[in-house]
Amino acid sequence: MNSPTAAASPGDSTPHAGTAMPAPGTKRRGTLRTLFANRTLLLMCLPAIVFFLIFSYLPMPGLYLAFVKYNYSDGIFKSPFVGWDNFRFLVITGDLWRLTFNTIAYNVMFILLGNALQIAVAILLNELRNKWFKKISQSLMFLPYFISFVLIGLIAYNILSYDYGLLNGFLKMIGADPVKTYSNPHLWPFIIVVTYLWQSTGYGSIIYFAAVMGLDSEIVEAAEIDGANAIQRIRYIVLPWLKPTFIILLLFSLGGVLRGNFGLFFNLVGANNSALYATTDIIETYVFRSLMTNFNFPMGSAVSLYQSVFGFCVVLSANWLVKRMSPDNSLF
Amino acid sequence: MSAPRTAIRVDGATLLVRTIGYGFIGAFALICLLPFLLVVGTSLTSESSIARHGFNLWPRVFSTFAYKIVFENPDLIIGSYWVTIGITVVGTAVGLFIVAMTGYALQRPDFHYRNRISFFIYFTTLFTGGLVPYFLLINQYLALKDNYLAVLLPGLLSPFLIIMMKSFVRSIPHAITESAKIDGAGDFTIFLRLILPMTTPALATIGLFIAIGYWNEWYNAMLFLSPDMKYRTLQLFLYGVVTSADFVKNSSAASNVDLRDLPLESMKMATAVVATGPVILLYPFVQRFFIKGITVGAVKG
Repeated sequence: MNSPTAAASPGDSTPHAGTAMPAPGTKRRGTLRTLFANRTLLLMCLPAIVFFLIFSYLPMPGLYLAFVKYNYSDGIFKSPFVGWDNFRFLVITGDLWRLTFNTIAYNVMFILLGNALQIAVAILLNELRNKWFKKISQSLMFLPYFISFVLIGLIAYNILSYDYGLLNGFLKMIGADPVKTYSNPHLWPFIIVVTYLWQSTGYGSIIYFAAVMGLDSEIVEAAEIDGANAIQRIRYIVLPWLKPTFIILLLFSLGGVLRGNFGLFFNLVGANNSALYATTDIIETYVFRSLMTNFNFPMGSAVSLYQSVFGFCVVLSANWLVKRMSPDNSLF
Repeated sequence: MSAPRTAIRVDGATLLVRTIGYGFIGAFALICLLPFLLVVGTSLTSESSIARHGFNLWPRVFSTFAYKIVFENPDLIIGSYWVTIGITVVGTAVGLFIVAMTGYALQRPDFHYRNRISFFIYFTTLFTGGLVPYFLLINQYLALKDNYLAVLLPGLLSPFLIIMMKSFVRSIPHAITESAKIDGAGDFTIFLRLILPMTTPALATIGLFIAIGYWNEWYNAMLFLSPDMKYRTLQLFLYGVVTSADFVKNSSAASNVDLRDLPLESMKMATAVVATGPVILLYPFVQRFFIKGITVGAVKG
């Protein structure tokens, strides 16, 4: 049932930007007509809209918990309002500062070292000529991404356990003193960053490797004919080519700079190893404990609200920066 | 000045890069493999040898005792396997369809609301309600406690995958959609008949992403499936074995082995092998597909 106004483009009832001029009428009729013309595509998006509405938007009002003294009988919205008291508590105890510092410091290390390693692996992989070697090593590097954090925690235990671990076995063999890893907080930043790199480099490098493969081979061949060697090719062609990918990935990860990798920390450190909190407690593990161990819902929500608001500001500033540097790559 | 193209001469700098490449990539690949061998090796080592020498890549005293005990009472493992398989199959099929459909619609240049809906979805990565309200919502308000849906539903889609699908679809010329419309095809028919068959590499990649997520699921299972449930997900079962003493007592009772003689350490590893083994075996076939899918998408885009 096409409207007669769409006679210019036969059979096409969808208004293209700038082509279909709305017939003289009220604005509301225009909106309805647009809705109707887009109905199928809208319906196609409906499951996703409902999904995010329920699982992402519906919990948001629950952040009101951050401002109450929660009790079960009154529920979230009828518990007594206490204003900023929960936040004050978090600041006075120093928890907020420790969580912020740990979360950001770990993420910065993850992002910087992770991307550097991923780019290095992708570029080097591209330089290799032995197809067989390339395939097998790529598969092996990708393997850790496929396994669960539970297994990663077990593997770490295999290596770090005081009594049986590979590390202490090695230390004893060379006559050194064994290390009590699970009670020494100073070792953990290193352990966690290395584990993260071990797990994610293969996966992350695939995105970069795909980008390198997307490079027009004619450009590379032209450079080779002109006598460019591998280092020059990498420096002047491949790296600049990867820059937009890097910026997008960086921005994506910057948005999550306050978002911790719960699975990694939880399975490596254990649920309640308070001896290591100083260096391993991040926002996610704190919120998790406030939910499952201490049942202090307001405190957990206060930290989550702080995390979301602060994180949101970080993304906006990062996006503003990128927009100024190269507008094409900005997110919005 | 320039050498003829046919010459297979490699200059010093290129040779250097290649040498570093083989050394670095080879070493890294080995480091990624060794921990798995360590788990397998330990699972096959006798407990007394572990007590004396610790964990080893190669078992000093070979023993399959740990596996014997794990398989003496396989009910829990098999049940957890079925739960995980069921959730993975259903979740991947449903999630993949929704992701593909949404990604296609949001990529249509003539879709009036595409920017608004894209932002609606993307915003969820910027601002979240956090764990506590999320937990209360699913546990109390949706009443999905001890319901497998609490594990299945949250894993269906993610903004990341929808964005990925969008960039895959972007490589298909819009003219295809337009000519199909001229021939009188509806939007959903175009998606189902034309776009889906053209995006199989993308679908494989995205489907694998979803499937891996489900297979390795322990987080939502830990939050919403209480220990009262006999069968939870496979990885949560492994987590229980690794961390809880209850499991150990149960298996000692079931297998008539004295608690002191139970091979605790090798049993953890044996369970890990049983819970992960099939995926690792499947991995060589799956990953080739996976890497290809991502690569094709990037080349086209």
